[in-house]
Amino acid sequence: MSTAAPSPTPVDGVAVRARDVRKSYGARSILAGVSFEVQRGELLALLGPNGAGKTTTVEILEGYRRADGGSVSVLGLDPAKDGGALRPRIGLMLQEGGIDNRSTPREVLRLYARFYRDPEDPDGLLEAVDLGRAASTRYRRLSGGERQRLSLAVALLGRPELLVLDEPTAGMDPAAKQATRERIAGLRAAGTTILLTTHELGDVERLADHVAVLDRGRIVAYGTPAELTGAGAPRVRFRLSGALTDGDGLGLVAAATGGVVPTARVTAAGAGNQYELEGLEDAPDPTLVARLAAWCAERGLLITELRLGAASLEERYLELVGAEAAAEAEGAA
Amino acid sequence: MSAAQGTRPLGTGAPARPASWIAKALALTLNELRLAMRRGESLLITFVIPAGVLLVFSGFDMSGGTTGGKPVDRMLPGSMSLAVIAAAMVSLAIATGFERSYGVIKRLGGSPAGTSALVASKTAAVVVVEAVQMVLLVLIGGALGWSAGPGASVLLVAAGLVLGTVAFAGFGLLMAGTLRAEATLALANLLFLLALVLGGIVLPLDRLPASVAAASSVLPPAALTHVLSIGLGGAIGDATEPIVVLAFWAVVLAGLAARKFRWD
Repeated sequence: MSTAAPSPTPVDGVAVRARDVRKSYGARSILAGVSFEVQRGELLALLGPNGAGKTTTVEILEGYRRADGGSVSVLGLDPAKDGGALRPRIGLMLQEGGIDNRSTPREVLRLYARFYRDPEDPDGLLEAVDLGRAASTRYRRLSGGERQRLSLAVALLGRPELLVLDEPTAGMDPAAKQATRERIAGLRAAGTTILLTTHELGDVERLADHVAVLDRGRIVAYGTPAELTGAGAPRVRFRLSGALTDGDGLGLVAAATGGVVPTARVTAAGAGNQYELEGLEDAPDPTLVARLAAWCAERGLLITELRLGAASLEERYLELVGAEAAAEAEGAA
Repeated sequence: MSAAQGTRPLGTGAPARPASWIAKALALTLNELRLAMRRGESLLITFVIPAGVLLVFSGFDMSGGTTGGKPVDRMLPGSMSLAVIAAAMVSLAIATGFERSYGVIKRLGGSPAGTSALVASKTAAVVVVEAVQMVLLVLIGGALGWSAGPGASVLLVAAGLVLGTVAFAGFGLLMAGTLRAEATLALANLLFLLALVLGGIVLPLDRLPASVAAASSVLPPAALTHVLSIGLGGAIGDATEPIVVLAFWAVVLAGLAARKFRWD
């Protein structure tokens, strides 16, 4: 155990504040009044389908674009005016790598390191993101995951107070995704404020302190992952090997709850014999599961899937942004 | 070093302070030069072709006997002019155009490097390349029997090189900052070939049809060749007109590039 704990930046105060931010390109409105805050030391995940305005929002915060209306404050500065003072304090990971094809990871890290007086050690970072063996490989020959890891390493050279990550795990294999996720969690734990855009809802559930869902230029939901998924609304989702008939519902509810929960009911929840038992008063308990299974067994129905408790973030997200966006997210994943 | 240093994730802790402007510009310049040396096609157009043109065409008298003196006296300023066009326009435009399309400029713009250090580094890299080109061409010219004429003026040569570089770099960046990278590549190479013919480089302007010669004389390639010819003492005449032409284009093209350049 070390006695001298690392001293992270103060975790109080607001790192990022966007108020009623508006942006249009010609007649096309991209952001129609976006407001949110990122507290110092927290990780905010910005979710939304492609075209929702995530990248535009992030680029306004980074100072690449000016908002048409509203106000933006990043680490107490206006990115449109104080870019020079702001840039050394922010670490950026852009979607497009922005690295010359002919450069190698070691050269890129050493170049960006020279923009600081006292940067993080570039060779150490190279090892830390597991690019040691690819250190002298030209960028054009790196895999998608290697490029993403290099981009993350570049973002960390200045030990940034605020890290802006635009889809950091896109194009990574599962092992690299897991390693990157752990790295982000470590940075967050050490006090770095992080703004993350992603399509990986699993990442968000595990990493985010707060989630903002952006759809068609508006924040349509904001909260902790638990708040968003409506934890505590007790329900049981299950899939059966065969279909229930119209008369089965009441019998199933009575059997599963022991006939004591008048608000409970069974509804169809999607194709392939998926059902939901909702309106329960208490969180599902072992007895309920046993009774449900027994009821099904008597009728020769096999429970092929069973999930208890709240909706996943993915389910909630798809409810929020609609089926059209769902198909799009599927395509992008 | 406390034990805590070992547990601190890399990239966290007291934020790093930005480096001085000079340190950033120097780092970027060295990076520019290192990458330039890796672009085979750029080395071909900046060094091999101007040197080749000087070597080959100094063996022929393309003037049709209209000018006196050795062919090399005319070919040295011509190849120097071509070298400036290659370094300041073609090579800069193509490299910058692809950097823009790959988001390199955007990424650097979001770093502490800053736009002015980036522009300075590109300028410095062009100046270094041109210095090497000029030494190379003068050495080849000397070996072929060139010597400075009686009216030679280092000041005039320097003025021509500076104004020509600003004009061609301005046009190169205007292309790179407004067109797709592939279009910039094609256009820059096409203009290089046109300059070779219309810039008084291989053929003297008076060997072209009169109307073409008149139009060419107010464009930067021929104006630069003209200034360099007088400056090196290979031609007698007043350099005021071509200097004014070059200065005009330098102001217009650099100004347009500064206003129209888009990083994305």
